[in-house]
Amino acid sequence: MLIRAKVNGEWRTADVWPGASLLHMLREHLGLPGSKNACEQGECGSCSVWLDGEVVCACLVLAAQAHEREVRTVEGLADEEGLHPVQEAFLEAGAVQCGFCTPGLVVAATDLLARNPRPDEAEIREALSGNLCRCTGYAKILDAVRLAAERMRPEVG
Amino acid sequence: MEILRPATLAEALEMKSDRPEAVPIAGGTDLMVELNSGRRRPAAIIDLGRLEELRRWGREDGWVFLGAGMTYARVVREMAEFAPLAQASRAVGSPQIRSRGTVGGNLGTASPAGDALGPLAAYDAEILLARSGGRTRRMPWDAFLTGPKKTAIAPDELIVGARWRPTRGPGSFSKVGPRNAMVIAVASLCLVVDEERRAVRLSMGSVGPTVLRAPRAEELAASALAEAGAWDDPAAPVPGAAVEEFGALAAAASSPIDDLRGSAAYRRHVCAVLARRALAWALADRRSGAASGVEGC
Repeated sequence: MLIRAKVNGEWRTADVWPGASLLHMLREHLGLPGSKNACEQGECGSCSVWLDGEVVCACLVLAAQAHEREVRTVEGLADEEGLHPVQEAFLEAGAVQCGFCTPGLVVAATDLLARNPRPDEAEIREALSGNLCRCTGYAKILDAVRLAAERMRPEVG
Repeated sequence: MEILRPATLAEALEMKSDRPEAVPIAGGTDLMVELNSGRRRPAAIIDLGRLEELRRWGREDGWVFLGAGMTYARVVREMAEFAPLAQASRAVGSPQIRSRGTVGGNLGTASPAGDALGPLAAYDAEILLARSGGRTRRMPWDAFLTGPKKTAIAPDELIVGARWRPTRGPGSFSKVGPRNAMVIAVASLCLVVDEERRAVRLSMGSVGPTVLRAPRAEELAASALAEAGAWDDPAAPVPGAAVEEFGALAAAASSPIDDLRGSAAYRRHVCAVLARRALAWALADRRSGAASGVEGC
């Protein structure tokens, strides 16, 4: 079936199997492999994307449910100027090991900081609770989020 | 596989009447797992995600109506005054799951571990079902939930939502599992104090074929408060022995099994501990609320 969605600001069309997930559509039809395919049951968060501004697991969205909707993926974060500050912070803090969970964590962290520029420790942990890092690099990931929060914080006074 | 995409509830009900085998999808957090793994290949799927009629809640004629399409994220954001329901919703999955998962999905899936089902049971909620032609029916939660993953819904019906009489008084939801996120409850418990009716209501999840109520524990708590004079004077102390007994009766009302997530014996123990804690919290809330006004449920 034909699905049309606004992906990273651009209207795209894909002809997918009706039972396909949004994740499958992004990766296999639209050439956007940033969102990773792992558990396919919403446990790991490595396929996190924004659907109409809310962070969701793309593996749990039927592609048809994204029809005429807005999707933003990790590929939409960097621009001509360079990486998004959250991506920069992940690099600098050494929050990337094998890298598989990184796109999902970057999306979850970016969403958190957009909603809450000054998250406390508990808020960071809750926001990232749906993303698993099998390398167990959580300490550096938390460092990266704190670093990004510091950098992105609007100047005061 | 065919995807049906109704734009209104009336259209959805008509489609469901023509294609009773069509499987509803809303947030997809249950159904997509089965599609992705290949365990399920329905001939048709009906997408309820665009039905504004289901994506609302509000107070109507002395009832609280909760549309089946309300996501847990929205319940947390918009329904904080219903503390047990908001707490249960916050305990569901992860932020990604709460963005998509709906209360209607919990009802339709009817897992004994469905986090929203405990509060609905403790609220004595009614489930609203509809079929085409404007025909609706309501049934008490315990008539709707008939067994593990079994409900009384007819093939041509859709779940519209739930409704209950709001109560005044403290309440809580608590849940035990190996982490604070992404956990299917080993056991969960919801307590609601109804100040007007001078009643205590207690439900438990993951410890029986459906979410359960504990009527003997409820009666004991209500009479313990009455004997202590605590219904009239929230500062009046309720004996610790009554709180202990409340926990024991909660455990006795549970009917758990051994499975991968926990043993029956452990689950019974959890029921007693959570029940005692929940009652102690409620009594403390009532004592502090004596000065500042008790919050609603």
